[in-house]
Amino acid sequence: MGDLGEAAATAIQMILGADWRLWSVVLLSLKVSLAATVLAALLGLPLGALIALKRFPGRHLVIVILNACMGLPPVVVGLVVYLMLSRAGPLGPLGLLFTPGAMIVAQTLLVLPIIAALARQIIDDAWGEYREQLTSLGAGPVQAAATLIHDCRFSLLTAVLAGFGRAAAEVGAVLVVGGNIDGVTRVMTTTIALETSKGDLPQALGLGFVLMALVLAINGIALALRSAAARQGA
Amino acid sequence: MSAEGILPLELAEVGFSVGGTRILEAISARFDAGPVSVILGANGAGKSVLLRLCHGLLAPTAGRIAWDGRFAGDPRRRQAMVFQRPVMLRRSALANVVYGLALAGHPRAERTSRARAMLGRVGLLALAGRPARLLSGGEQQRLALARAWALEPEVLFLDEPTANLDPSATRSVEEIIAAVAREGSKVIMTTHDLGQAKRLADEILFLHRGRLVERATKDAFFAGPSTPEAAAFLRGDLPWD
Repeated sequence: MGDLGEAAATAIQMILGADWRLWSVVLLSLKVSLAATVLAALLGLPLGALIALKRFPGRHLVIVILNACMGLPPVVVGLVVYLMLSRAGPLGPLGLLFTPGAMIVAQTLLVLPIIAALARQIIDDAWGEYREQLTSLGAGPVQAAATLIHDCRFSLLTAVLAGFGRAAAEVGAVLVVGGNIDGVTRVMTTTIALETSKGDLPQALGLGFVLMALVLAINGIALALRSAAARQGA
Repeated sequence: MSAEGILPLELAEVGFSVGGTRILEAISARFDAGPVSVILGANGAGKSVLLRLCHGLLAPTAGRIAWDGRFAGDPRRRQAMVFQRPVMLRRSALANVVYGLALAGHPRAERTSRARAMLGRVGLLALAGRPARLLSGGEQQRLALARAWALEPEVLFLDEPTANLDPSATRSVEEIIAAVAREGSKVIMTTHDLGQAKRLADEILFLHRGRLVERATKDAFFAGPSTPEAAAFLRGDLPWD
C-alpha cells in the first residue's frame, strides 16, 4: 500500500515537474501507438468489410484465423518484424530497425487483426439487415462496404479503441524492434519494464499511472464524441 | 429495335426450393405495364419469395424469369422495391433519399432538390433533417416509398408494405402507392389484407401453398373466385380445413 501511495505521489510529481525526458517518452508512446492504430484501422476496416461481404471458399477458415490472431503474442510479432528488418532480413535495407518506424510497423501488425476481426463481426451483423435493401438500390460491393462502415461507425470506433488499448499497453513488440534506446525508442511501457528491473518501483508505478490516465482520457474523448453524435441522432 | 421499357415481365414454370422444401412451384405469369397487380395469399404462401424472385434478389431454382429481351440497358436500374420492414440508413430522412439517387447515378447537383420534392410528396418535408431511424414506423415506410419513387421506377415492388402499421399510417401509405401507380409506374405488391387488395388492386394473383391458383380482375375475384382455395381464403376459413 505504501508503494502505491508513493507511486501516486511520484506520478503527480512527474506530471507537475513536466520534465522534458518524461514528456518525450510519453509523446513517443502516443505517437507510435496512435500511428499504428490509424494505419491498422485504414487497413483493417476495409479488410473486415471485405470478409464480411464476400462469399469465397475458405471464408470460415479465414475468419477463424483472423479471430485467433487477436491474441498474437506481442513478443512473437516483434521477433518476426525484427527478422524482417534486421540487416540480413528482406527489409533490412530500409534501415528501420531500432527506430520508431519499426515500432509502428510491429504495433500495426499487432492491432490489425483486432480491428479487422471485430469490424468483420460488426459489419457481418449489419449486412444481414441491409443486404436486400442495398442490393435493391443497386449498391456494388465497394459502395455497400462504404455504407456499412459509415452506418456502423460508432460500433467500429469501439473496435478501433480496443486496438489502441492493445497498442498502448504492449511492451514485447516495441522492446524487441525498438531496443528501448534512451531518447530514441524509449516509450512508457519499456520504461516501466526497465525501472522495475532496476528496482525503482515508484518510478515504474508512477509511469504506469500516467499511461492508464492517457488511455482513459482517449477513451473518454472518444465516448464523448460518440454520444454527442448520437444525440444528433446520426 | 430495342424496347423503351423492361416490361413485360415473364415467368415461365418458375420454382423455388430451399433444402428440399418447395416454396414455389410452376409459377407462370406475365406482367404488363398498367394495372396494379396484387399478389394475395395467406402467410407462408410464398408471396414474398415470388416478389424477391421477380426483383432479382433471389434466383429461381427452376424455370426462368425474363424482362423484355429487346430492352438494351440493365433492367435492375428500372425497378425499385419497398420492404415490409423498411431499412433506414443512419442518416437524415433527406440523406436517405439522396443516397438512392446517388446510387442510381443522378447528377449530384439535382439530388437534394429532387429528394426534397419527393419528401414533399409523401408529406415528410418538415422532417427532412430528422435522423431516419428516429421516425415512426409509418413515417419510415413513407420515407422508403419516397426513396423508391424518387428513382422513377418502371416497376415498383412492395412486400406487405403496411403489415406493421396502424390504420392511419396504412391509409397514408396506400394513398402514396395509388399515386405512384397513377403516375405510370407498374405496381406489383403482396398483401394478406383483403381490404387493402380491394382498395388498391386492379388484378389479383392468388397464391396458395406455393402455387398460383387463380388470377382475375379484382371485381371478378371478389365477386366470385373460381377456385375453392380462393373462396376459402375470402371466407376466412383456416387453411388446414
